[in-house]
Amino acid sequence: MEYLLIFITAVFVNNIVLSQFLGICPFLGVSKKVETASGMGAAVAFVLTLATIVTYLLQKYVLDVCGLGYLQTIVFILVIAALVQMVEIILKKVSPALYQALGVFLPLITTNCCILGVAILVANGTYNAQGLEPNLLTGVVFAFSTALGFALALIVFAGIREQLSLVKLPKGMQGMPIALVTAGLLAMAFMGFSGVDKGLARLFGL
Amino acid sequence: MNNLKVILNGIVKENPTFVLLLGMCPTLGTTSSAINGMSMGLATMAVLIFSNLLISLIKNLVPDMVRIPCYIVVIASLVTILQMCMQAFVPDLYATLGLFIPLIVVNCIILGRAEAFAAKNGPIASMCDGIGIGIGFTLALTLLGSVRELLGTGKIFNLALVPEDYGMLVFVLAPGAFIALGYLIAIVNRIKKA
Repeated sequence: MEYLLIFITAVFVNNIVLSQFLGICPFLGVSKKVETASGMGAAVAFVLTLATIVTYLLQKYVLDVCGLGYLQTIVFILVIAALVQMVEIILKKVSPALYQALGVFLPLITTNCCILGVAILVANGTYNAQGLEPNLLTGVVFAFSTALGFALALIVFAGIREQLSLVKLPKGMQGMPIALVTAGLLAMAFMGFSGVDKGLARLFGL
Repeated sequence: MNNLKVILNGIVKENPTFVLLLGMCPTLGTTSSAINGMSMGLATMAVLIFSNLLISLIKNLVPDMVRIPCYIVVIASLVTILQMCMQAFVPDLYATLGLFIPLIVVNCIILGRAEAFAAKNGPIASMCDGIGIGIGFTLALTLLGSVRELLGTGKIFNLALVPEDYGMLVFVLAPGAFIALGYLIAIVNRIKKA
């Protein structure tokens, strides 16, 4: 039940894009079409989960053991960059179809701040584990749910923008301004979920 | 004279937030008040000036194929130094800005300026570019923070201007960040066209 609660909290209540402000660049950049948005969402879900596992193990068994905690930022960003490159090479060999689908988005992911952000949160254990001990399993559940929340926000936003492109707008509002205002309204809609996590926790008797 | 032009270019013509639209995560995430926005801008500026300087110094030593990883290591080291300094000297501020300090590494402004300016120009000009873009970013964040703080709580830099009852709390929360920035960019677009 705790895992379900972590999942719901990360996807809806504390949505990574709309309430934590991580991963805004791809959120605004690749949300013009639903198709590309789903591709980006899938790529992020894949890399985020993988990166979280690798960085968590590194932090626990290399950095903490050797007392090198201050190297966290440098190590993590290098690991993520290398991981993205490796995933790209492996996918190309193993599953060309998936590689074709994710192709363009993979290299872009290195500079997506939600990957590094979530990796740091999980490695430091500073996320909301709903009363469980923060360990590898809760970390992975949290990372995967966060990525799903990112994909959800991205796809919903892309759907709205597809409709928006058919509307006539005042000159100054065209492009980025209207996208930001739309994102604001979407964030307001997601604010409706606030408090749901506490209600569910009571319902489950936690 | 030329260097002055580079600085002004970064503040007005290539303002990272309002014109280039780069570095949106810290712009939206840390501007719940004017003072927070300004501190984030200054922290980013410090990293940007030194990363531009170092990268323009090493640009001839680094082979073209591996230049991006090298730049990222330089930037990450500078961010780690900044992180340690802030933890030591301004722990309260470090706690407020939290995750966004290590995330300066993936701020596209810094890698973007390294690639677009520092990799092609000398160290002095690159530092000026860092100062200009840094001031532009700081001003934009302070402006957005002031607008949100004023609309949300009726204060600017904790100085009460309007009675607190008139504040619209939504501007301090997440949706207000998107909406306020959207309208600010719309205003800038309108001024640019005129």
